[in-house]
Amino acid sequence: MSSEVRFITKNFGKYNPDSIDSYISIGGFSALKKAVKMDGEDIASVIAAAKVKGRGGAAYDMGRKWSQARAVKGEHKLVICNADEGETCTFKDRELIKNDPFNLIEGMIIGAYTVQARDGYIYMREEYRHLRPRLLSAIKQAEEKGFLGDNILGVKGFNFRLHLYSGAGAYVCGEGTALIRSIEGKAGRPRMKPPFIKVSGAFALPTCINNVESFSIVPHLLLDDSNVYTNCGNGESIGTKLVSVGGNVRKPGVYEVPFGTTVREIIFGLAEGIPGGRRLRLVQFGGASGKVSDERILDTPYTYDDLKAAGVDVGTGSLLVIDDRTSVIDFLRYTQAFFSHESCGQCTPCREGNLHMKLLLDKLAAGEAHPCDIEKMKKIANIMTLTSLCGLGEAAQNALLSAMKIFPEVFAVGGAH
Amino acid sequence: MQTEAKQAFSISDELANQIDQVLAAHDHDATQIVGILLEVQDLIPQQYVPEAVAFYIAEKLPIKVSIIYDCLTFYSSLSDKPRAKYPVEICRSVVCRVNDSDSLLDTLKKILNIEVGEVTYDGRFMIEEVPCFGACDVAPAIRINGKVYGHLDTPEKVRSVLSSLM
Ligand SMILES: Cc1cc2nc3c(=O)[nH]c(=O)nc-3n(C[C@H](O)[C@H](O)[C@H](O)COP(=O)(O)O)c2cc1C
Ligand code: SF4
Ligand code: FES
Repeated sequence: MSSEVRFITKNFGKYNPDSIDSYISIGGFSALKKAVKMDGEDIASVIAAAKVKGRGGAAYDMGRKWSQARAVKGEHKLVICNADEGETCTFKDRELIKNDPFNLIEGMIIGAYTVQARDGYIYMREEYRHLRPRLLSAIKQAEEKGFLGDNILGVKGFNFRLHLYSGAGAYVCGEGTALIRSIEGKAGRPRMKPPFIKVSGAFALPTCINNVESFSIVPHLLLDDSNVYTNCGNGESIGTKLVSVGGNVRKPGVYEVPFGTTVREIIFGLAEGIPGGRRLRLVQFGGASGKVSDERILDTPYTYDDLKAAGVDVGTGSLLVIDDRTSVIDFLRYTQAFFSHESCGQCTPCREGNLHMKLLLDKLAAGEAHPCDIEKMKKIANIMTLTSLCGLGEAAQNALLSAMKIFPEVFAVGGAH
Repeated sequence: MQTEAKQAFSISDELANQIDQVLAAHDHDATQIVGILLEVQDLIPQQYVPEAVAFYIAEKLPIKVSIIYDCLTFYSSLSDKPRAKYPVEICRSVVCRVNDSDSLLDTLKKILNIEVGEVTYDGRFMIEEVPCFGACDVAPAIRINGKVYGHLDTPEKVRSVLSSLM
């Protein structure tokens, strides 16, 4: 039994994504109309009550983020939509922008109203440039209809403008401080925190950053009088989640699942399982920076808590399925190549760590590794995790460290020094 | 074979005009330099930002040329070296790898008769290995000037993509 719920994706295919009139005809912007009659704090409370966690990977409490952003004092504040979507096997934001751009824009306008922001930025990766014309046209149409601009919906002083910025092929620019530098017209190297983005973000203005999926939930949630969303899931994992399933499955794609669906239902139900009668080798959760498991994870319910207890995380919501044609070591080498390429090179643990880890993995693959090399890998991985400047270096060895637990036999090399 | 030939690049009046339009569309806003460079790169047949163009933009915006070069060398989608009319970007990240992008790469090399990083004799094609560009659901995939071609699991499919550009 595998069921999809359409909540975040309920507008997909229901309207012409190039036409604002078409969006309005299916009820578009009624959430915004409702929102401007509410107090910003109450909007943040609705999100907090539904326990929405940020969908960019870090799972930060979104209602809390909005009320904190609201509390920051400042004449000129910003909201930013992170559409950098750089993790491997992650393509849900692409589908949201492609199929429902106006809902994203509506979510951002509601965000601006809530946190009292005057300008908004969508930072979209260059790789999605084919979606630029659609977003630019959507922004223009929203301006023409008065959903963007001054005194929006007649609310005096509610002024908000939206800008579309492009990334240029740097995964690290999904990290908040790097993204901000990129928007400022600089190379996107992360910086130390504090100052925190909520106080001093782009152009040193107070800034609230959320993921595409996070913003996209908001309009639906505000109109959810029959509690479709909050009736899904349980505990800390309420509602639905978009998962990007890829790798060795018959039907890769983006699926919206209620929290609590088992991993098996997602892989073997929705994505129709592994073709060619091959066996499952491993599953990676949440992109290149995510952890791995094997078939032991299949009956785990897809929730924040259950996955965590099983040693992995929701992360971006991606599920990479790999069959027995690929070895664990080769998988790790592919993942390592990604981080070696994407490290900005600014801090030593990440720059040097990635370099050495590649060499050690090559040695392991060639069958030439000694037990001391395995120890070295563990040590470097831990140093990277503990001392890197940004999340890239911190998470780069998640795959390796988790694989060491799940597949100890792969690292059980013999021999002395 | 690619020789790192230093071609003298001079800016035609037409190109200068086009660059001016890009700058105007970005309100001569130096914070939009990344977007500006991406658009200007598209105007150059070999898909890169020549030195003369970098200096031209620096003067017109104005912005320090060192900032432009910081961006050109930091961002993978920007290049300060000549590429090709059709740079064939092949994804070498994990989802494409487990869907046999090795064979796809071999096929590309064979058909185009070049190695990774090389340009065909006529300057039309080049092969570049790139990380995941978010087309994992149609792996193995390539991208040429922004357009994704997926499910390239047979030489016939690769051949038909390339010949559609000939
Ligand atoms: C290296 C790195 C890359 C990231 N890439 C993205 C990304 O592409 N998209 C995204 O939404 N968040 C990304 N994040 C997480 C963001 O920093 C941030 O937590 C998120 O955008 C906040 O939005 P949310 O709370 O709605 O998830 C990345 C983080 C790191 C450390
Ligand atoms: S951890 Fe890596 S990506 Fe992050 S700042 Fe350091 S070198 Fe750059
Ligand atoms: S892994 Fe190849 S496009 Fe994502």
